[in-house]
Amino acid sequence: MKPTGIYGLMAEFDTADELVDAGRKAYSEGYRKLDAYSPFPIEALDEAIGIPHTILPWLVFFGGLLGGAAGYSLEYWTQVIHLPFIIGGKPLHSWPNFIPVWFETTVLGASLTAVIGMLGLNGLPLPYHPVFNIDEFLNHAQKDKFFLVIESKDPRFNLDSSKKFLSSLSPANVWEVPN
Amino acid sequence: MPSLLDQQNAEPGVDDLSKPGVSPPVIAPGYDFAQVTDKIANVVLTTRTPWSWIAGFLIAFGIMNILMLAVGYLFVKGTGIWGINIPVGWGFAIINFVWWIGIGHAGTLISAILLLFKQSWRTSINRFAEAMTLFAVCCAGMFPLIHTGRPWLAAYWLLPYPNTMTLWPQFRSPLIWDVFAVSTYLTVSFLFWYTGLIPDVASLRDKAKNPIAKFFYGIMSMGWRGSARHWHRYEYAYLLLAGLSTPLVLSVHTVVSWDFAVSVIPGWHTTIFPPYFVAGAIYSGFAMVLTLAIPIREAYNMKDFITDRHLNNMAKVMLATGLIVGYGYMTEAFFGWYSANKYESFMILNRMTGPYAPTYWALIFCNIITPQALWFKKVRSNVPLLFVISLIVNVGMWLERFVIVITSLHRDFLPSSWGLYHPTIWDWATYIGTLGLFITLLFLFIRVLPMISIFEVRALLPQAKVKAEA
Repeated sequence: MKPTGIYGLMAEFDTADELVDAGRKAYSEGYRKLDAYSPFPIEALDEAIGIPHTILPWLVFFGGLLGGAAGYSLEYWTQVIHLPFIIGGKPLHSWPNFIPVWFETTVLGASLTAVIGMLGLNGLPLPYHPVFNIDEFLNHAQKDKFFLVIESKDPRFNLDSSKKFLSSLSPANVWEVPN
Repeated sequence: MPSLLDQQNAEPGVDDLSKPGVSPPVIAPGYDFAQVTDKIANVVLTTRTPWSWIAGFLIAFGIMNILMLAVGYLFVKGTGIWGINIPVGWGFAIINFVWWIGIGHAGTLISAILLLFKQSWRTSINRFAEAMTLFAVCCAGMFPLIHTGRPWLAAYWLLPYPNTMTLWPQFRSPLIWDVFAVSTYLTVSFLFWYTGLIPDVASLRDKAKNPIAKFFYGIMSMGWRGSARHWHRYEYAYLLLAGLSTPLVLSVHTVVSWDFAVSVIPGWHTTIFPPYFVAGAIYSGFAMVLTLAIPIREAYNMKDFITDRHLNNMAKVMLATGLIVGYGYMTEAFFGWYSANKYESFMILNRMTGPYAPTYWALIFCNIITPQALWFKKVRSNVPLLFVISLIVNVGMWLERFVIVITSLHRDFLPSSWGLYHPTIWDWATYIGTLGLFITLLFLFIRVLPMISIFEVRALLPQAKVKAEA
């Protein structure tokens, strides 16, 4: 339930340090529906705003297993079951010869999972997002400024007190982000 | 969590410059986030295309049309227009395939292996090195396709698909391993390149004024907004891709070398082939990166991002891999003698003194003697000289593949079946045409996409450093 018709409140910072600091304070204030925006990855934000560890590595692991299984099954089925054909006196199931293709399909499955999984977990592609309603965000978020957003979905969100809290973090600007 | 940022921050900052024995920073001092973004993005977003770009593109495009002609004629006449025959059934097609694939390997090495080894200097060269990989693999892929002469009839033994003859590819053959290795390599290289591009394309999207450009970059960036939660998964995905690409790139040239080593032809049937091929691939790839980086940084005034330190480091990698390749040549000669196999020893002798001896000695000159100059710091910091050396190494690595393929095939076990191989004008036209294709693609890439990774360069700046405790 959104208490107001807005997506949340956005504060702008000039440096990465200020953003990390503000994120940490907002988190310790009890805000959980938080997000930070920066023009490059900032490791310290993960801990500052409490980003849970991603399950992506596990997805990639299983993606690799699946790719490898698919590759090996293809080899086994075509060479042993569907078209048994003896070449150079080798056994039908000549597994050492099946390793390279199995390896390549494993890497392929894992890599595709890494990229598609990353995009999927991030909810991308997403053509519209409320943060783009703020012009300053549009002009600087992918360039040189740092933003902290408290979503209105947060149970502790209150337009006035949250705005007061964000202003206390000495940001360059604070905006209400329309939905 | 392993961080891209930590390693980059470990780089000496501007303040450390005065200390002796400290390398200069990989990015020239004095830039801020906005300036970095503008400098790299403006190359793409400008409405004025430099005349040098137009001229270069037209020349490259013209050369690419030679390829169209050569391939068109090939499809009409068949592979008889090439110089191949018995005993030399593998000619330019395989030479060029191996050469191009090898060139691609440096891109993956720079983007993946150097990332894992925390070499932050890779950051300003990885983007176009990855593009180079992609385009080199495209050129390489041309040859296995067209060497069949009638590629539309050849699909069933290259790719496993249910066909009316109910036949399947032969999975015990290195040739089918090659199909899987190269197509996987192309796909993963594309994924790596594209993943790296997403945040940068988002920067272009927000900066672009032209609605068409905005739309195009908007689609490509998938709505990237730089959220910390996204960055967290993004960094993991990027690191995992690097970890996956590293064994992949080693496997690709290993499989390529098996195309040779699994046969019984003298000079091919040796266990040294996989490492020797991989080292050669990286060697030629770094030569190509230098060949491209030197003119690009000159033309686009990118010397603050692609610094002399980059060129110096690349020259060192070239020297190291060149020495491994040289060791490979010595080992081949040693095998010839030590095996006490008369076919092996004849092959080496024939290689050094037979009808193709000039190519062998030219290759020794290009690949072993010339790069020794790179021991000297003076040479490594002399940019024009470095450019010339990189060109010589490119030629040398092409000659290496020529020597391996042709000298082994033209005189094998039975003197009655010996013969000579002469490339025809169509062989040359196809080869030169792929150079045109490669350069055309590079020109297009430089015009429409950021040639240097903007977000990674931002993270390299000293102001990106976050204090441990706020």
